[in-house]
Amino acid sequence: MQTSVVNGVLVVHLEGELDHHAVETIRNDIEDQLAKNHCRGLVLSFRGIDFMDSSGLGLILGRYRSVTGRNGKMALCAVSPPLRRIFELSGILKVVSMHETEESAVRAVKEA
Amino acid sequence: MGQEVTHAVLQQNYMKLQFPSLSANEALARMAVSAFVMQLDPTMEQLTEIKTAVSEAVTNAIIHGYDGGEGEVRMYCAIDGGMVDIVIEDDGAGIEDIEEARQPMFTSRPELERSGMGITIMENFMDEVVIDSTPGQGTKVRMRKVISRTSECQ
Ligand SMILES: Nc1ncnc2c1ncn2[C@@H]1O[C@H](COP(=O)(O)OP(=O)(O)OP(=O)(O)O)[C@@H](O)[C@H]1O
Ligand SMILES: [Mg+2]
Repeated sequence: MQTSVVNGVLVVHLEGELDHHAVETIRNDIEDQLAKNHCRGLVLSFRGIDFMDSSGLGLILGRYRSVTGRNGKMALCAVSPPLRRIFELSGILKVVSMHETEESAVRAVKEA
Repeated sequence: MGQEVTHAVLQQNYMKLQFPSLSANEALARMAVSAFVMQLDPTMEQLTEIKTAVSEAVTNAIIHGYDGGEGEVRMYCAIDGGMVDIVIEDDGAGIEDIEEARQPMFTSRPELERSGMGITIMENFMDEVVIDSTPGQGTKVRMRKVISRTSECQ
């Protein structure tokens, strides 16, 4: 997992397979990075994700709660069609916005 | 003649996999099922749907069936014509109310950051999903998907 801070927003480049086995470490890493960099905004990039199941939804909703709990915002970007289907099915896009590019996701979080 | 034999293999085949309730085995179950259904020549989309449904059922067995503890998860896959049948079974806690469990966004473990979408995903990605469960004894999820309709039409 690669992270960077862009305009005060933490950008997380997720990699590999987002299943129950993988999410625990990822969740802790994201929370650590949010705290360490004092970021209120979060962007999750799915460009490097080959597989995702409902564990990924739980990861997003969990981060949504922790980010909004600190008055921050979050957005998703670079979502492939199979992942998009799971997002649409779950209704998660009603609370978290989805963007083509990292730049527009960062902008959306920043402007809010 | 030779072709008929090949066809017979494709018409009916099965495999079984049993493994301990470890989250690392979720990927194993997905890889095994994808390798097995390859003989039906599925589309990428169908393959993703099957892998996702299997991942959901195996994860449920590990998280809910065995509560993250010890136990055995079994997977049976069978091909019959252009169709694949998959059974995921555990001897864990079982489900009290299956109708409630099937509701989108119902989860008994919100504190584990579960979203309650696993069964909904299985039902959307497979053609048929049947859940049998006995509290205290275990859960059996049967899923079916039609991959190619050609063999049915012959
Ligand atoms: N194998 C199982 N053994 C015991 N209970 C189960 C099993 N599978 C599902 N359940 C019950 O059904 C509920 C719904 O399952 P479902 O997969 O839809 O959601 P979840 O696992 O809670 O969340 P998610 O799948 O989104 O991470 C679970 O919360 C659990 O109570
Ligand atoms: Mg589940």
